[in-house]
Amino acid sequence: MLEVKGVSKKFSIRHESPYLSFRDRVMDLFKPTHSSSEEFWALRDVSFEIQPGESIGIIGKNGAGKSTLLKILSKITPPTQGRIIGRGRIASLLEVGTGFHPELTGRENIFLNGSILGMKRQEIASKFDAIVDFAGTERFLDTPLKHYSSGMQLRLAFAVAAFLEPEILVIDEVLAVGDAEFQKKCIGKMEDVSRSGRTILFVSHNMAAVQSLCTKSILLQRGELKAMGSSANVVAQYLSSLDSQAIDASGFIQIHPKESDKPIRAIEVLCDKRRSATTYMGCEFEIRVHFNASQALTNPVLGIVVKDFQSTPLLGVNNRNYTGNFITTPLKAGYISMKIPSLTLFEGTYHVDVHLGDEFKDIDVLTDCFQFTVEPMPFTASGELPIKSINRMFIKDIAWDLNPTNHVE
Amino acid sequence: MQDLHTFEIKPKKAFAFNFKELVDYSELLYFFAWRDIKVKYKQTVLGFLWAVLQPLLLMLIFTFFIGRAMGVSSEGMDYPVFAYSGLVLWLVFSSGVTNAANSMVTNAAIIKKIYFPRLIIPVSAVLVALFDFVMAFVIFIVILLFFSAPIKLSLIYWWPLALLVTTIGTVGPGCLLAALNIKYRDFRYVVPFLMQALLFLTPVIYPVSSIDQLWLRYVVALNPMYAAISVFRLPLTNVPPDWTLISISLVSGVLVFVIGLAYFRRTENYFADIA
Repeated sequence: MLEVKGVSKKFSIRHESPYLSFRDRVMDLFKPTHSSSEEFWALRDVSFEIQPGESIGIIGKNGAGKSTLLKILSKITPPTQGRIIGRGRIASLLEVGTGFHPELTGRENIFLNGSILGMKRQEIASKFDAIVDFAGTERFLDTPLKHYSSGMQLRLAFAVAAFLEPEILVIDEVLAVGDAEFQKKCIGKMEDVSRSGRTILFVSHNMAAVQSLCTKSILLQRGELKAMGSSANVVAQYLSSLDSQAIDASGFIQIHPKESDKPIRAIEVLCDKRRSATTYMGCEFEIRVHFNASQALTNPVLGIVVKDFQSTPLLGVNNRNYTGNFITTPLKAGYISMKIPSLTLFEGTYHVDVHLGDEFKDIDVLTDCFQFTVEPMPFTASGELPIKSINRMFIKDIAWDLNPTNHVE
Repeated sequence: MQDLHTFEIKPKKAFAFNFKELVDYSELLYFFAWRDIKVKYKQTVLGFLWAVLQPLLLMLIFTFFIGRAMGVSSEGMDYPVFAYSGLVLWLVFSSGVTNAANSMVTNAAIIKKIYFPRLIIPVSAVLVALFDFVMAFVIFIVILLFFSAPIKLSLIYWWPLALLVTTIGTVGPGCLLAALNIKYRDFRYVVPFLMQALLFLTPVIYPVSSIDQLWLRYVVALNPMYAAISVFRLPLTNVPPDWTLISISLVSGVLVFVIGLAYFRRTENYFADIA
């Protein structure tokens, strides 16, 4: 049982530098008013109840307060108002592998990570073989973690967490990574957890995963609880709210304001070199991401994920995969463009995630930050389009040939 | 399902101190210290020797340049014994405080993602310094034998007491600086300088009796390590200790300890937001 009663969380955003400097604080003493700070409610009066054994999906756009809610539930940050009452051990997988140390061996990391997640040493020792078995990394137990591939690290991390057996498990988008087979294993494990009467809270942008794993869902919008009910209903409500959210046909989307320390300022969508979020099959399609970073980016990387109306990813690309990093001197501002000479998406509405980072990590991630529509455009000789329900993309030039001779029997 | 205790999450009070929780998490304290010790010695070629080399080399330097050259007195001990006995505790303090001060920033990734009593982090950093002490202490015994220094049996209670005072005197400023460091990054630059200055401002490598002005002795005794080092040397010397100065130092140490813990506790809830 988990009872959330009127939980609110306030942040004070200080403009200028993200870190406080002692000098600023000292200078403040001599100023009549304190330097400008703005209040921001990440969560406002959120209440709900969860019964044991329920798995609950938490959905909403970026900045709706999902992560803040998870952080409060996992005690990382206290609420400003309200309270939460629950029973049992809460474990969070806000990011698997937290506390892994590259210099330590796989065996050592299992113990360290397990302990950080709240397991007792005896408990880890008794589950050790099962953990190693689940991760499938027996051969590398005594190899330092830095020699593991990222997939192996992830498997090991998830395996430790999977054997934690808490009464309440909080999961944030861990399934976004890892290969398909391992994802299946994870989902199976999560189903076991919920069958054994434990509670799962699952945050994800993958609506298909939410619907298959969670019976009920919660929709957050700008820090407020917008809906709670069966996952099918809530997901439908969320998706329709995305659609009704005025497709900005101009093809120009303002992102973070100037004062923000996040770099992406605006996004342009161009169809045949003209700004427009309404495109057609086979057009020249371009996305331009304009940035102005507080810290200069070296070798910037732009990643674009295009998803269909059910949030199933169709296309995920970044410039590093295609042409390598942009080799630049550290750059503060500019725009990166991704141009597809001929758009092969079928007619429909598409959502886009934008990732901007440097050579090592994502710096700014925008999930579902804009959408565009693709209008039908006949490309076949007959003028007819292929059947819509079984096509997500199209290939213009497919050779069809009927040969009456030389057939094989 | 053994521990189905009910929990409650609510806005935090500034001064509540959950001691039971700290005991519950004592194993994690051990694991953090274990990780840091393991990593520290895995990455270096000389490994455990470093823990010994540092006080040993410092002792030699001070012996030749201060003990010999400047003829500093050493309370009736051989100067190397005198210097090493001070340095071995001093290094617990200086590396303990430095490690602790940086510990919250280096572990920011974990703090932002997983809950546990934050106090574990600076305290485990001090434990790492205490582990180095064990290594260096073995060499201390060798040095005592080498100089066949006279030792009183009272070491059975003075030495553990000295170590306790050192620990309290290190955890206090360590926690205070760790909390300040995460809020104001300026302190990153302050700590190494502070440690260097304090080494010369404290009677570690010279006896307090070599300070002429009485008031200055009182100021110097404000350093918690003065009491620890004086008590540690009691079984080695016949010079009667100045109990007034030692008391000042003890009170100062306990005071910094309380202030450090209280300030850490007060800011702890918001570490995840500002780290």
